[in-house]
Amino acid sequence: MFERLYLFLDELGQIGILTFDFFRHALRRPFEMRPLVDQLDSVGYRSLNVVNLTAIFSGMVLALQMGQFLAKFGAKIYVSRIMGISLLREMGPVLAALMIAARVGAGFTAELGTMKVTEQIDAMRALATSPIKKLVVPRVLATILMMPVLTVIADAIGLFGGLVISVTQLGVSGNYFYTSLVQNVTLGDLMSGLGKSIFFGYLIGIIACFKGLSARGGADGVGRATTSAVVAASISVLISDFFLTKLFLEL
Amino acid sequence: MNRDHRRPFIVIRGLEKSFGPKQVLRGVDLEVFEGETMVVLGGSGEGKSVLLRHINGLERPDRGEIVVDGQSLNELSEDELDEVRKKVSMVFQLGALFDSLTVFGNVAYPLQEHGWTSEAKVRERVHEVLAMVELSGVGDLFPAELSGGMKKRVALARALALEPKAVLYDEPTTGLDPLVTHRIDLMIRSLQSRLGFTSVVVTHDLKSAFKVGDRFALLDRGRIRFSGTAEEVRSTSDELMREFVMTAL
Repeated sequence: MFERLYLFLDELGQIGILTFDFFRHALRRPFEMRPLVDQLDSVGYRSLNVVNLTAIFSGMVLALQMGQFLAKFGAKIYVSRIMGISLLREMGPVLAALMIAARVGAGFTAELGTMKVTEQIDAMRALATSPIKKLVVPRVLATILMMPVLTVIADAIGLFGGLVISVTQLGVSGNYFYTSLVQNVTLGDLMSGLGKSIFFGYLIGIIACFKGLSARGGADGVGRATTSAVVAASISVLISDFFLTKLFLEL
Repeated sequence: MNRDHRRPFIVIRGLEKSFGPKQVLRGVDLEVFEGETMVVLGGSGEGKSVLLRHINGLERPDRGEIVVDGQSLNELSEDELDEVRKKVSMVFQLGALFDSLTVFGNVAYPLQEHGWTSEAKVRERVHEVLAMVELSGVGDLFPAELSGGMKKRVALARALALEPKAVLYDEPTTGLDPLVTHRIDLMIRSLQSRLGFTSVVVTHDLKSAFKVGDRFALLDRGRIRFSGTAEEVRSTSDELMREFVMTAL
């Protein structure tokens, strides 16, 4: 019990050190654009399909469930404002983050973990170059920068899914859906979600890189590290979401 | 030549290192003179690679001191160690070539990272070191397309690119067939005598060791149990060293 707690605190400490090193190297010249652009493409553009698919179906399910429930009270017309707030504040950022944790986080850990167990990370250090600068900085920066972008897209696609269901299944007019949404959803709702997504991006990137860099053994070690990275990143997203929600509601 | 008058390039004093509860090194003392090839022998799991990784700061000692080219590594930060690592390069056990880069990219990597801005000069230097390891014309291949021996030679070329003062070899012939092992041994020896750098070779293969080494040290239970020249190895009364020689040759 105490040993597990010790290991957990030890990992937290090491992630803290990696975070410090990340900022130190990210702010130090030379700024390498090419690896960052590659990662932006990999984290952002290549994740669009999975994020869009998740968002549209979640939006549609949300509209269906809400519609059923609200119909009992004759309040179907409120579906767009409820969807707007729940998607922008919660579901958009959290679902996008969970998808990125699974797709991108697993990729980061597997890639860095393989480099670790085949001594490529040590080779970088032995050649007087920093794996933090070359590998961690572009990856974590890319997740921090792309998460808000993917979240906005997920919000939009999710709302579109809700709109389609509202019009086709619930009998709410598209015009009313839009007007009600615009009148009731504030910029604060959007910004609250985007603020969270930046933090989620950091968590996913740093946890995935940390797990990759601390992989041991052979292929099974990389497999274990990858599983543990996805679990840890997803749980961190959900736990931090609670505290960030509390923070944003109090601001 | 009296070796004791030569300048020690690498000095290790009282080096201790543990990983969790397991103490791997228990007070290693070793001197490697400038321009010589020191072979560190020992069984599997004795901590030879761990010892080697202390010399370029990939591992930090729990106790003891490592001095390279007159500079103690103990107080140096990870960033400050870069200057030492430019002088002391390393050839890893399985090559540790970057999968995502071609052979050319791998050998050019240290040059591009350390101020070689002229593409023509990088190209020229890469071809020069690839020729040194007898590997011309493979620049466009990826590591996955190379044989084990070729990977080791590319790794050696990459280690030589920045003209280091010392090269550390971690089991350079492990996993290779006897013919390739022989070629790599000869290559290590001839490059060392041609370029004059200091070498530390970690191996459990005594046959290879005799081909490449000037002096030999036997690591046993975390300490250097014996060190000496090839003649001293052959005539030693140290039981374990004799056993090692008997079984290996």
